[in-house]
Amino acid sequence: MLRGQTAFFENVQAVRVPFKQGVIATLRAGDLVSLTGEVYTGRDQTHRRLMALLDAGLPLPVDLAGQLLYYVGPSPARPGQVIGAAGPTTSYRMDAYTSRLLELGLTATLGKGARSREVRTAMVRHGAVYLAAVGGAGAYLSKCVRKCDLVAFADAGPEAMFRLEIENFPAVVINDLQGGDYYEQVALSELRIQNSEFRINEKETT
Amino acid sequence: MREIESGIISQAVKKLAMDAACQLEPDILESLVAARDRETSNLAKSGLEVLLLNADIASRERIPVCQDTGVAVVFVWLGQEVHVAGDLSAAIQEGVRAGYDEGFLRKSVCDPLTRQNTGTNTPAVVHLEMVPGDHLRIVLLPKGCGSENMSGLAMLPPSAGSAGVVDYVVERVRAAGSNPCPPVVVGVGLGGTFEKAALLAKLALLRPLGEPHVRADVAMLEQDILARINATGQGVQGWGGNNTALAVHLEIFPTHIASLPVAVNIQCHAHRRKEIVL
Repeated sequence: MLRGQTAFFENVQAVRVPFKQGVIATLRAGDLVSLTGEVYTGRDQTHRRLMALLDAGLPLPVDLAGQLLYYVGPSPARPGQVIGAAGPTTSYRMDAYTSRLLELGLTATLGKGARSREVRTAMVRHGAVYLAAVGGAGAYLSKCVRKCDLVAFADAGPEAMFRLEIENFPAVVINDLQGGDYYEQVALSELRIQNSEFRINEKETT
Repeated sequence: MREIESGIISQAVKKLAMDAACQLEPDILESLVAARDRETSNLAKSGLEVLLLNADIASRERIPVCQDTGVAVVFVWLGQEVHVAGDLSAAIQEGVRAGYDEGFLRKSVCDPLTRQNTGTNTPAVVHLEMVPGDHLRIVLLPKGCGSENMSGLAMLPPSAGSAGVVDYVVERVRAAGSNPCPPVVVGVGLGGTFEKAALLAKLALLRPLGEPHVRADVAMLEQDILARINATGQGVQGWGGNNTALAVHLEIFPTHIASLPVAVNIQCHAHRRKEIVL
């Protein structure tokens, strides 16, 4: 199998990460992208530790300005593997910490599931986007990772911070700079369909 | 009396843990294929293709289907004619420890307060029941918590009736949105007491996917809930379409005249489970 095969998807835009200046503004909620480049990882414990460093006035292990943070806690790699299963974890658990990282210049997050209103507002204010990867496709997504280096918090195991080199990693833009939210758009369009069916039924009965 | 060495139980549990993480059962795969074939949204169809390819890679290369290899939930039905030589509970825990270690599975179990990882994925959550016979049946369900976190329980008033039950379950799944990795499998426990309903909801997940309840009225309720969930249009990964849930399984138990407990245990599409009978 080809690394990071995205042949199943139609209308995929290939995009480099971290996003180059000006690219973020072109992304729209619902866009399908194929990411290639470098990302950092972090999940619950990683965020707690980053916050502890900030609280203590200490520098973070990496400058997150302009970077993409992928919410993932990979399974251990077998000998010869780059990484174990490496799909997204649910993003709302990071909501409590995200605004603070956006203030430091983080420009993108990648996970799955909806973000809080607070985070969505903060993303628009700071010029950041949120993307979703295919949840539960950990084996498939492990094939989109070319390199995995430990950055910090080794003792946190799967919750350590890693730097990943990814290639043709599929993702859907959920929140864009215009305030668009793809999950909301899906829910609203379904509501519109149901309402229009209701109106048709109403006409037929009256 | 039939004797089973505890070491054999450890070995069996270890294999269940390692296999469950990497191989989806045929009923799950068939359900995902059926979902793909009836999918109305192009994006969601692509998502389902990825999930099928993911299952194939996982099984061939022994990579976990999902990096969240879960808390190991182990159901044990111990025949009363069986004598276990050694410590049954310790044997199960040792099997889980060894399986997660040797299978390169993620250790996700931690202290709820300090959040300190136990480093072994133990303790597993074990449910033991004595049954007639001389067999030992073990089912291991590695339960990911993206979906587990979306579960819920309500002590409804009996006046809520079956309509109230349907509304509660559908609303739980709707509110969960894309968090639990739809298409989901929905386990519902109805009746009993507070803890009985929760356990029934989890047991409901063990039923072969899509097999209706033996009681016709319960089976109809399952179909009704499934149709309502899929009409929300949230779909695969919250990307739209008609496959928000693969199945709804409901288990029931008599309850108190004052009570109508309903528990919803949500399971992700990576519905991993393995079984052995010793």
